[in-house]
Amino acid sequence: MLIQVILLVAIGWVAVVLNRSTADARHQAIRRLLLAAFIVAAAASVLFPSILSRIANVIGVGRGADLLLYGLVIAFLSFIATSFRRMSRMQSQLTALARELTLARAALVDRGVVPDVAGPDAPTPGGPAVSSDDPRDD
Amino acid sequence: MTGMSRPPVDDAWLVVPLFNEAAVVGDVVRGVLPTFPHVVCVDDGSSDGSAAVARAAGARVLEHPVNLGQGAALQTGITYALSRGARYVVTFDADGQHRVEDAADMVDLARREDVAIVFGSRFLDDRTDAGLLKRIVLKVAVWFTNQSTGLRLTDAHNGLRVMRADAARGVRLRQDRMAHASEIVLQLGRTRLPWREHPVHVLYTDYSRGKGQSLWNSVNILVDLVFR
Ligand SMILES: Nc1nc2c(ncn2[C@@H]2O[C@H](COP(=O)(O)OP(=O)(O)O)[C@@H](O)[C@H]2O)c(=O)[nH]1
Ligand SMILES: [Mg+2]
Repeated sequence: MLIQVILLVAIGWVAVVLNRSTADARHQAIRRLLLAAFIVAAAASVLFPSILSRIANVIGVGRGADLLLYGLVIAFLSFIATSFRRMSRMQSQLTALARELTLARAALVDRGVVPDVAGPDAPTPGGPAVSSDDPRDD
Repeated sequence: MTGMSRPPVDDAWLVVPLFNEAAVVGDVVRGVLPTFPHVVCVDDGSSDGSAAVARAAGARVLEHPVNLGQGAALQTGITYALSRGARYVVTFDADGQHRVEDAADMVDLARREDVAIVFGSRFLDDRTDAGLLKRIVLKVAVWFTNQSTGLRLTDAHNGLRVMRADAARGVRLRQDRMAHASEIVLQLGRTRLPWREHPVHVLYTDYSRGKGQSLWNSVNILVDLVFR
């Protein structure tokens, strides 16, 4: 059936894309194992829809499609959680980096090594008015 | 005790977080320099030339390459002030809401009574007119901060504070944005150094009302505090 081909291709593509991310070794390994299990389950449910339905019935969910939906919701929520964690870590790394840069430059200025002027692309007062796109975001 | 007749406080550094305040920061810097000769503004990628205005007015200006937030700017300024040998670090807003006399009184208090930390509070007397809704939100913020820090303050999100060097060294802000206001109280409390509150007058001008933190941001602050 055509739908089976389409779904299998899509699942295979997700598998390849998701596995290209990097993180610390153990977490990455766990993520990949879970992902592999998920892929096998997803592929099996496409090829043998009755299996999924039977599993769903065993654990008390009405239809196989509902089971899939629940799995998806959980996967989505954990995705939000991990990306939130990753984003905050990246933000604090960025902060550390930017602060180091700022303080290093300040030290050079204080020792008279470089002059105390703004960078070439710094806005000047009376120049373009306060731009509406606030760089602060959440 | 007028601002004019005081001798300059030359063992203190004023740390001023600065973001898009070009219209007022020049006057603010010129207003504080006679009392506090050491002023460092930490600009955060302002797009209106605030950094140049502050520099022209005579402040030492550090610039973050990108906008990191007020908490991140304070931490950069505190670290810098300590590296310049500050005995007292004073945090002071760039938008003209704080009064130099209050800052100087707070340093005097720290010296006279040998306390390491002085928090400014706008609720110790009734000079400050914050507006009802803002007042309620600030009171909730105070309650929240007191719950999580164990200190008993009357005002929480007040940008005017004095820290002696030993106290300032205990501050390592990880909250880049506005939630640092609770975090700094927590970290200062953990130093176990003696502290006081001091009444200050926060000026609510049309300018500051228009630009200041909207009440919506208190939701964001809460989320930052809980999920970190
Ligand atoms: N460096 C930096 N300073 C900021 C930022 N946002 C606000 N500030 C500064 O922090 C001070 C207080 O900010 P404001 O929005 O007036 O807060 P409020 O007075 O508590 O309502 C002012 O001096 C602002 O210029 C920011 O993203 N980065
Ligand atoms: Mg303000």
